[in-house]
Amino acid sequence: MIGRAVPRVEDERLLRGQGRYLDDLHLEGAVEAAFLRSAHAHARVVSLDATAALAHPGVLAVIDGVAAAARLEPLVFDIARIVPETVQRATNPMVRVHPMPVLALDRVTYVGQPLAMIVARDRYVAEDAMELIEVEFEILPAVVDAEAALEPDAALVEPAWGDNLAISFAFTRGDVEAALAACDVVVEERFRSHRQSASPIETRGVVASLDPQDGTLLVWSSTQVPHMLRDLLARALRRDPDSIRVRAPDVGGAFGLKHSSYPEDVLVPLAALELGCPVKWVEDRAEHLAASTHGRDQVHHITIGASRAGRILAVRDHVVMNAGAFNILGLVVPYNSFTHLLGPYDVDALDVDVRVAVTNTGIVAPYRGAGRPEAVFAMERAVDCLARRLEIDPVELRARNLIAPEAMPYDTGIVYRDGNQQIYDSGDYPQLLRSARELVHAERFAGRRDERTRVGVGFAMYTEGTGVGPFESARVRVDATGRVTVYTGASSQGQGHRTTLAQIAAETLDVAIESIEVVGGDSAAVTHGFGTLASRTLVVAGNAVAEAAIVVREQLLDVASAMLDTPPEELELNEGMIRVRGRRDVTLTLGDVAAFLSPFNPQRPPGAPAQLEAGSVYRPGPVTWAAGVHAAVVAVDVTTGALELLRFVIAHDCGRVVNPAIADGQIMGGVMQGIGGALYEKIVYDEVGQLLTGSFMDYTLPTAAEAPEFAVTHVDVPSPLNALGVKGLGEGGAIGPAAAIANAVEDALADLGVIVREGPLTPARIHALIHGRAT
Amino acid sequence: MSETGERRTVRICVNGTDMLAEAEPRLLLSDFLRHTLSLTGTHVGCEHGVCGACTVLLDGEPVRSCLMFAVQADGGELTTVEGLADPHGELHAVQQAFHELHGMQCGFCTPGFLLSLVATLRSNPEPSDDELLDSLSGNLCRCTGYANIIAAARLAQERMR
Repeated sequence: MIGRAVPRVEDERLLRGQGRYLDDLHLEGAVEAAFLRSAHAHARVVSLDATAALAHPGVLAVIDGVAAAARLEPLVFDIARIVPETVQRATNPMVRVHPMPVLALDRVTYVGQPLAMIVARDRYVAEDAMELIEVEFEILPAVVDAEAALEPDAALVEPAWGDNLAISFAFTRGDVEAALAACDVVVEERFRSHRQSASPIETRGVVASLDPQDGTLLVWSSTQVPHMLRDLLARALRRDPDSIRVRAPDVGGAFGLKHSSYPEDVLVPLAALELGCPVKWVEDRAEHLAASTHGRDQVHHITIGASRAGRILAVRDHVVMNAGAFNILGLVVPYNSFTHLLGPYDVDALDVDVRVAVTNTGIVAPYRGAGRPEAVFAMERAVDCLARRLEIDPVELRARNLIAPEAMPYDTGIVYRDGNQQIYDSGDYPQLLRSARELVHAERFAGRRDERTRVGVGFAMYTEGTGVGPFESARVRVDATGRVTVYTGASSQGQGHRTTLAQIAAETLDVAIESIEVVGGDSAAVTHGFGTLASRTLVVAGNAVAEAAIVVREQLLDVASAMLDTPPEELELNEGMIRVRGRRDVTLTLGDVAAFLSPFNPQRPPGAPAQLEAGSVYRPGPVTWAAGVHAAVVAVDVTTGALELLRFVIAHDCGRVVNPAIADGQIMGGVMQGIGGALYEKIVYDEVGQLLTGSFMDYTLPTAAEAPEFAVTHVDVPSPLNALGVKGLGEGGAIGPAAAIANAVEDALADLGVIVREGPLTPARIHALIHGRAT
Repeated sequence: MSETGERRTVRICVNGTDMLAEAEPRLLLSDFLRHTLSLTGTHVGCEHGVCGACTVLLDGEPVRSCLMFAVQADGGELTTVEGLADPHGELHAVQQAFHELHGMQCGFCTPGFLLSLVATLRSNPEPSDDELLDSLSGNLCRCTGYANIIAAARLAQERMR
């Protein structure tokens, strides 16, 4: 069952329009919320008068910052403060977090920050009333750019700090200064990864209701982390976690954005408790682009040096990242950038320092790749610049510096974010590179060259730590009808876990996939759960399911042994039936065995398990390392600057593959998001912090017409770190495209001396690069 | 501020069934379908006519139901995703193709794609590559990378010949 492209079991409901997404929940008597948000990047709130709004027909409540502060503590992002001891010793990080009021009190610090919640009969009325709220602002100077924010005279986002530095850390290995001095060629460049929005097609949303029978607070949220949200609500609302049930219904894409905790997650349940009726809020797209978390926004000042023979001897990188108005996730993104900078290369001397600044812009948090695409853009662009200076083919230069498969497991000498030593457990990077190169078929596009069209090829390589802890839980149960139910703490946002996790359970229990149901996203289904994020679910939830299924299999054989009066080792389990080995006449179904455990059964053996059920908590050790090579073939029109992405090649190592169709779907989807960022998408603020990309007319996602021809191949090396041999693959696709495409554009325009330092590579930018007017 | 409370009667034939309901003149067709008629298969992704998730067929033509008021559809004939196949019967050819070729992940954009594609293949049963991409480019998908959607569209086209 593992390794087969089983068609997805979740599809049929969704295809018939029978999915149940957040906004599809209609609770009897529900009212709706809307949020008044700041139109200014930085301003003092002089006064807020909601009298007229509150008097508007159909309005039930208006909660402003003052009212919210009386009921709720500011949100404190504990995860931002977590620094493992080994990370502390290795990089000496400074992390500052300032509590975030759920509604702005006396000051707003970014456009889109919520100021007041209006609850009314429906959303239309709530928005009518929103227009009646009078707010007087005193505009304050705003700081938008992270490097500017670190200048001594910058406006302060958090005045109590005295500056805007939220995080800093540094790591040194070897004598980089001496190593660079000894290099034959040194390249020093500045590369920027611009700000982007994850923009799942379903925006965020929350529904909350109080169960009138037992007082349970029922919350539905389009979240990646229902258990985390339950625990956040328990703290914020001072309730017993057992009196809160959080469910993630069908979720329409997330990509990291629905992992963060947001003010609305707390305010909507608060309103439901206070008003005594169900309350719903669904984010609109304008709110999403302004106030859901953004991704990327890093500048790398990178120096790379090599010998004449093309051996990379030293890398130095000074990184500045923009956190937006609040530092909500601490080291997560910037530390990922550090640990993924060198990727598959064997480099002795390394010197990295990272500074993260708060600014008057939307909050930056993980977006598919979470710090890795930014590091890879800097490193892989630098490698291409180095190749040009050395006059060595960029693929050849990469090949000369790769970690050899014989060197696995390879200790990078770095401490990973989880506190473990960063050790690449497995992988064949030279073969990945060869496989990608063989698939490029650049000769097919030679005919596209003419006097105004240049064709170029670019490569990018990366590694990715996947399957990070701390844990995931699962529970597997067989009922008397023979149905198998798999409960897990990891919910799904489109990744197809109902199929892949069922395949894993089916492999162990040897039953048809149709008899397995996977339930995720319900805090009442398993007590502890972590969630789907960081390319981890297949590794941590997958192995949790496998472990629970193994215990259930043992239970099955033990009970069947008693039923058939035959030792368990003489029994076999296949295709949903238990048989005595060598005999076809005596068979039991899984349901027979489950039914035998009925407490009403007088033959029930003493000491037998209560039912056919087992729970497991899988705590992974160090992360397992996926890797990939991306190659882009582009045609550039030098007259207009228009770019056509002709072909995109992916060679990927995601360990043992459970479902090849789903795996390749994840890869191509990630690549397309990377392509969007490389060519089209950019969140833009003007110099006073006003958001200029507040709709899909300005923030332009790629369509089917922009999709390239894809070629995907695998060089999968099973992970030795977990029983299934799997590695995570959710984010990998998004890591390489920006670098590969930029490298391809530079290759196409090599004779013009163009250096691509940032994206997106719109026709205007490419035209300006050709004419020396862009940086 | 618009006046609230005024309501009009809207008669629409949805998926072959005549529906009669009250609606404020400002109520979007998408909200009318989803919240008044409880046909939640039509999704709302941007409310400004770009993402295409809310696409339905009005008198056979694809329209963005977030860019229309319910009262503008009065007297019309609508097809939503719920009407593509009998609820207990086989999937429509476009639905089956999306399933077989993994042309969907989270499924949120899928109803819009299905209806756009049905309309395209009805009006142009043999679209060229450019015509097909042009018709699909009115819908945004953030999960799949589109390759499997394009392949599914071709498979559906072959089967609908």
